[in-house]
Order: sequence, then C-alpha cells, then structure tokens
Amino acid sequence: MTSEAASLFSICGIGVVLALLVGFYGLLTTRNLIRTLIAVEILVKGATFLIIVAGYCVGQIALAQALAITLIIIEVAVIVVALGVVLCIHKQSDSIDTKTVENLKG
Amino acid sequence: MTLIIILVALLVVAALVTVMAARIMWAAIALAATSAVLTILMFRLDAPLAAVFELSVCAGLIPAIFISTISLTRRLTPENLAQRKREKLRQYALLPLLIILAAVVLVRSHLALDFPPPPPAQETDVRNVLWNLRHIDLVGQIVVLMGAAFAVVVLLKELKRDK
Repeated sequence: MTSEAASLFSICGIGVVLALLVGFYGLLTTRNLIRTLIAVEILVKGATFLIIVAGYCVGQIALAQALAITLIIIEVAVIVVALGVVLCIHKQSDSIDTKTVENLKG
Repeated sequence: MTLIIILVALLVVAALVTVMAARIMWAAIALAATSAVLTILMFRLDAPLAAVFELSVCAGLIPAIFISTISLTRRLTPENLAQRKREKLRQYALLPLLIILAAVVLVRSHLALDFPPPPPAQETDVRNVLWNLRHIDLVGQIVVLMGAAFAVVVLLKELKRDK
C-alpha cells in the first residue's frame, strides 16, 4: 500500500468508525422500530463505504464494487421485509414503540 | 484529498442528523442525503457502478419506502411531539460530543497501516468481475430479491386479512 493510499484509508477509516458509532448509538437508544431500521441503514452505509475504500486502496476496486452492489441488494431486501413486519406490528398493536410490543416476549 | 476529507465529514454530519432528527420523516430525508454524500465519495474513489446503485436504490428507493411506511403509521400529536423532542434532546445531547471526541482520539492515534502489498489486480472491469468471477453472487441476489418479494406479498396478505 502506498503512503497516499494509507493516508486515504486512515481518513476514510475514521469516517467509517464515526458513522458506525452514530449507527450503534441510534440503534441502542431508540425505541421506535422505524428509527431502529434507519440506524441499521447507517451501519450498512458505513460497511459499504469501508468495502469501497479498501478496494480502492489495494487496487481491487472492481471486486469491491461487485461486493458493494451485492450488499446494496441485500440491504434493500432486508429493509423492505423489515418495514413490512413493522407495518404488521403497527396494525396489531397500534404502535411502533418496542416497549408496547409484548407479543414476542417469551 | 481535501475534498475527500470534506465529504467524509459531511457523511458523518449527515448520519448524525439522520439519527438525531426529531421527526422520523426528517430522518428519512436525512438518510437520503447521507446516501447522496456516499455516492459522491464512491464516484471520487473510482467506483461509478456502485455509486449509481447507491444513488438510485439507497438515496431514491429506500427513503421512498421509509416515507410511505411512515405515512401509513399514526402521526404524533403536538403534545407527543414536544415530549419526543425533549426526550431526544436528553438522549442525544452527548452524541455530537462523543463523535467529536472519538474523531480527535482517532486522528491523534495515527493508525499504523502496515499492510503487506496486495497482489496485482486480476480483473479491473467490474462487469467481468460480476459476470465471470462472482456470478454465484448474482444468483444469491436473485434468490434474496425473490424471497423478499414473496415475504412482502405474504405480509400484505396478512394485513388485508386483518382488515
């Protein structure tokens, strides 16, 4: 890895760590199911960015793009199904607050 | 490099706004902005195909799905909204400080990146990688999309039956 690539990786790596921190904080503090999914989205964006930066820095950007595209497709599928589940929960309990959703508790 | 630093800072700020927005609608819009910033970063890092996917799917489709879902749920009353704003202020007051602190620590730690030199790139065209090297991924993507479509159909049927 050249020094320029290493410094680029450091800068972007800091951004990735901060984005993941924001996502985890949002995931841990919110009780709203839609906000939870939004926080998951932030986490996935951090992961996508890390894949692209790593691919760029090691000269495998084509492979990184292929992996990022796969990740984006999986992200869409997960979010769409999760939002469908959220809508069902809202229909059942008239709320999307995790405190009021008690049907799944063992 | 300066542009990359600015874009990375913008990405973190957009992510912060997304998590801290008082209304979920604003959070969904800020999520689209985060994706847009990530798209520019991807273009700068020579990943145009992934950037186009990010722009059309993550900045366009996903916020649209979020907004339609939000519009199907109940709106907050003004009293609830005021209470939610107070709660969020209490929950997230420390988050920007935490992020700034983490950024300072990370910048000062001078991450030692001493990776071994990578092997030479075998394939530089993303189309060849997708169709020749990673074609099993494409099959997986199709299966995941079909599974998601099937799951959504089942969930919507459940919703209709409940009505």
